[in-house]
This record gives sequence, structure tokens and C-alpha cells, in this order.
Amino acid sequence: MSISKIALVAGLLAAAPAFAQSPGIGTKITEADVGAWAITVLPDGTNLPPGKGTAAQGAKTYVEKCQACHNEGGKGGPYAALVSEAPLQGRGIEAPKTIRNFWANATTVYDYIRRAMPWPNPRTLTDEEVYGLVAYILSENKIIEKDMVLDAKSLPQVKMPNRDNFIIKFPDKI
Amino acid sequence: MTKTKDGLGALDQVAGNGLMSRRLLLGRGAAMAGAMTFANSAGAEALKDDEWSRSQGITSKEADPRSRFEDKVKRTLSNPNGEPRTQHARTPHHMLNGTVTPNHLHFTIVHTGAPDIDPAQHKLVIHGLVKQPLVFTLDKLARYPMESRMAFVECGGNSAPLFSPEPVQATVQQIHGLVSNAEWTGVRLSTLLDEAGVDPRGKWIIAEGADTSALSRSIPLKKAMDDAMIALYQNGERIMPGNGYPMRLMLPGFEGNMNVKWLRRIQVTDQPAMTFHESRNYSPVLPDGKAYKFYFINEVKSFITHPSFGTTLKEPGYYEISGVAYSGTGRIQRVAVTADGGKTWADAALQGPVNPKAFTRFHIPWKWDGSPAVIASRAWDEAGNVQPLRSEFVAQRGQTKEPVKNLLGFPNQHYNSLTSWGVASNGEISHVYI
Repeated sequence: MSISKIALVAGLLAAAPAFAQSPGIGTKITEADVGAWAITVLPDGTNLPPGKGTAAQGAKTYVEKCQACHNEGGKGGPYAALVSEAPLQGRGIEAPKTIRNFWANATTVYDYIRRAMPWPNPRTLTDEEVYGLVAYILSENKIIEKDMVLDAKSLPQVKMPNRDNFIIKFPDKI
Repeated sequence: MTKTKDGLGALDQVAGNGLMSRRLLLGRGAAMAGAMTFANSAGAEALKDDEWSRSQGITSKEADPRSRFEDKVKRTLSNPNGEPRTQHARTPHHMLNGTVTPNHLHFTIVHTGAPDIDPAQHKLVIHGLVKQPLVFTLDKLARYPMESRMAFVECGGNSAPLFSPEPVQATVQQIHGLVSNAEWTGVRLSTLLDEAGVDPRGKWIIAEGADTSALSRSIPLKKAMDDAMIALYQNGERIMPGNGYPMRLMLPGFEGNMNVKWLRRIQVTDQPAMTFHESRNYSPVLPDGKAYKFYFINEVKSFITHPSFGTTLKEPGYYEISGVAYSGTGRIQRVAVTADGGKTWADAALQGPVNPKAFTRFHIPWKWDGSPAVIASRAWDEAGNVQPLRSEFVAQRGQTKEPVKNLLGFPNQHYNSLTSWGVASNGEISHVYI
């Protein structure tokens, strides 16, 4: 190919990048129609739904829908313990990680319960039930007061105990 | 060249305990012939025509099964009764060769069972901080420019038993079975993101699967726009259900769990979501109690597959030592092998083509003299990274307080130090540390 032809092709590519890179045949959809799938909650509280809940409300839901797998008071068995005061530090690199001793963001508790619980019937809890369960778990872990009302505004402000103990491993990749 | 009485040239011995020059593998005619005449020349029986050569054989089927003699070559299961919980299926590296993991033997970790997805109904949506949210069906994606690349996928928890202060006695499959390598074919994610038009505020993508737990992970936009792929094919056929049928995210070199399977949603965001998996399992705890956040890369690593634990060398003489090396930061540049427990090392031959972020098989000829030996491999990549010695690795990452008893557990994540095999004088192989 001659230099002039290369320049011509390069010029066309530069002039029409969308055509050069993509057939452009994806089907348009509105953000509203993504709705039911868009369940990710971000640490700053983005996409937390309206509603609120307290530990007392959550305790009731817990007994009905969670206790069979996570045991009384979230102590664990047969599946993971949700409530534990065991520290992380001093127990070696294999220390069991818990919500209290490890998780950095309270929003993760909301996101995970809403997307994956109660297994095997996930995404059947109401948004208010999830707020209540998060309040119950955080309260039993002594991270929030028993009477705290959790909602889209208060939940992202909960400071998790281990939040400042993380090191970004590959900062240049972000 | 001076020849020893067994025909091995003195110059062909490149490191202690019988390691020979990798150049012997490259067809150096007479030297090769001389070096290889170790076998006992006595003894083969007279040949005869076998039964299977004198009768009607097996007629080909639409999809051929393997030979019935290969039934033992299979994955090991962490949940053999298929209870409704996580299943880990590990690749039998010690029974395979080359670099491509066959699809039915590719490792899988499936937490809530593989969803039985109808490909005609499946959709992928891209939304969030984009100019125009878009939906793609499999039919539509099939019209996009496709590319193929070799890539390994490795679970962050692969090799976790090696955090034990005492070497576990286990096969390559039990120790390193959560890594595999395949040719993946699909559409560049950057093509689709460009079509949707990423907002300048976009810094991350959140990828989510269509599995019961809607597994989701946060990935830097930088990686998404670099070499990420929406993979549709695995070694030439549609992706296996356990690997994400009909589509998965492929992030060459990045932690396995981030390569989201059964992919149905990509949201562009200005921050990571800190999902369950990135908040807990895949954040390795360090000896001082701090923890790494986002251990994106599977770093340079190698291990010897042949010979290895579970096999016995039946007699002294010639063997080939071989294994796999790979790095999440590029091509393998060099693999060195020791047969004397790390005192001396020799470069192994690298089987080409050496692809970036993919398995490279290495080979080196070895004449075992029947005395105790310790073999191990160590890899370097083109980015200048070297596989750490165990002492270096443990100094930084630590080891467990008690010896690891449960080979299925994950005391920590992202182990990439050496694997060493001790060969006893009776030919039995044990796992040792050097």
C-alpha cells in the first residue's frame, strides 16, 4: 500500500471512529428499563433505594428468612457467621474474615443481601426488609446503636471498624 | 567434546545433579543421539499383532468420547455429591501436556450452580456512565469483529495449600488445579464501550453475572479498555456452562473471579462497588493484619508437572522435566530449573509460541542418577518480574500458624512462589520446600 493510500485510510478512520471500531448495532435501551437489573449499590450510597429499617424490624425478618442457614443471632452454622467479635489482627494470615473484623463498607452488606439472599430465593426481600436486616446485623456486631434507623442517607455514613486497614495492591492499574 | 562413559558430553551438563542443556532438545544431531543412549538395550519382547489391530474398531460418533483408558483423567471435586453449595473442580495438570486445557477439564468454581441459560434469550446490557445504554443479544454480538487469544484463568485461591509452613503432600492437581489455559474468542469490550460512549467521569465497570447470586466484580476502566473481551468461544466451541455459557468477561492476567461468567450486565461507574467478593475473599490478609485491596494480577509463576507428586521414577536414566509458566503481566521470558534443591540452575527450553498472559510450557532434559534430588522451576516475565523464592515470598506474605490439613481450604490468596518436588532414591516423589 502506498504512503498516500495509508494516509487516506488513516484519515477515514480518524473521521469516522464509530464506524471503524464498531458496527454500531447494539439496541438502545433507557436507564429506566435497565431498572430491575441495576441492583449495584456503591459505597457512597448511589443506588440505595428509598425506605428504611431498624434492628428490631430486621430481627423479625432474620428469624423468618435467615436463621435456618445462619443460626440464632447470626452465630453461624451451617453457613457463614454474620455476627462475630473475633478480631482479625493477631490471628495470622488465615484469620477468618467477618463483617465486623474485615468488611470495609456497610453498603456491601446491603448490596449482597439484596442481590444474593435469602439463598436459594434471592431478590425476594423488599428493600425495607433489607434495610432492617442490615441494621440487625450491624447492631448485633456492635457497629451501630440498636435504635439507629438505616436509610439511603445514614447507611453509607456507617464507619466499619476495619475500614482503614487496606492497602491498594496495584495502584497503577486503577 | 569429552564424553563420559554414558555418552553424555561434559559440556551438556549445565547444572548440578544431571540437568542437561536445553539445546539437546533442539535437534543437535549426534550430540543428542549420544546423550540419549541411556536406556538398557536388553529386553524388549518380540512384537506381535494385537487383537485391536485385527478386528472392527469403534465407529466415529457425532461427538467422540475419549479413549476408555483415559477415564481417570478428570477433575477432582470439592463437593463430589453435588450438594447445593460451591463446587471447585480442579484441572489434572499432572496428566495433561502441552498448553491447552481441554474444555471439560478446565477448572471451574461455581458458587450457586451454573444457570441453564437459553442463548436465544440471554442479553448483555451496558449502562451507567455512558452516553447511550445498549443491549446486545448473542446474535448481535456474533456480527461484531471477533478475535481469538490464548489466556490462562487462575483463581486467586489457587495454590493456597502452599501457605502451609510444612509442605502438604499432594498432587499438582490438588495444589495448582485452579488454573487453566484456553483459546478464547469473542468481541473486544472496548468496541462495545466505545459504541455506548463512556462518560469522562467513568473510571470503573461493574460486571455482573446471570447466576443465582448475581456475582459481581469491579474492574478498572483502564483494563476494560485495554485487552478485555466478551468471550463467546472456548477452544473453538461455545463456552462450557461452568465457564459462563453463553458469554463471560475475559480479563487476561487478572484474578479468575473477576472474569465474570454468565455475563449479563456491565455498569460504568466513577467508583468501585466493593462487592462481597472484593470486600472479603479476594483481599489477602498480611502478617501485620493489614490487607490488600484489589489483588488484580496473577503474578509470574511456574510449576513442574512432569515428573511430580503421585508418579514414581521406575529407574535411573533419562527423563524430561517439564511444566507450565505464566504471568499476568506479559510473556514468559525465561524459566530456570534446578535438580539439586536450588544450588545450581539451568535455563529450560520454552515451547513456542510464547503468548502473553498465557501458559508457556518449558522442558529440560535430565539424567537422574538414582540418588536423592530436588527439582523446582522459577520463571521470569518480560515485564522484569521474577517468581519469588519461598523465603522471599513468606517474608512478605507470611504463612499459616499451623500446617494446612484441609487441601480444599483457602487460608490466603495469590501464592506465586516455587513448587519443589523431592525425588527419593526409590523414585518416589514428595512435596518439599527449598
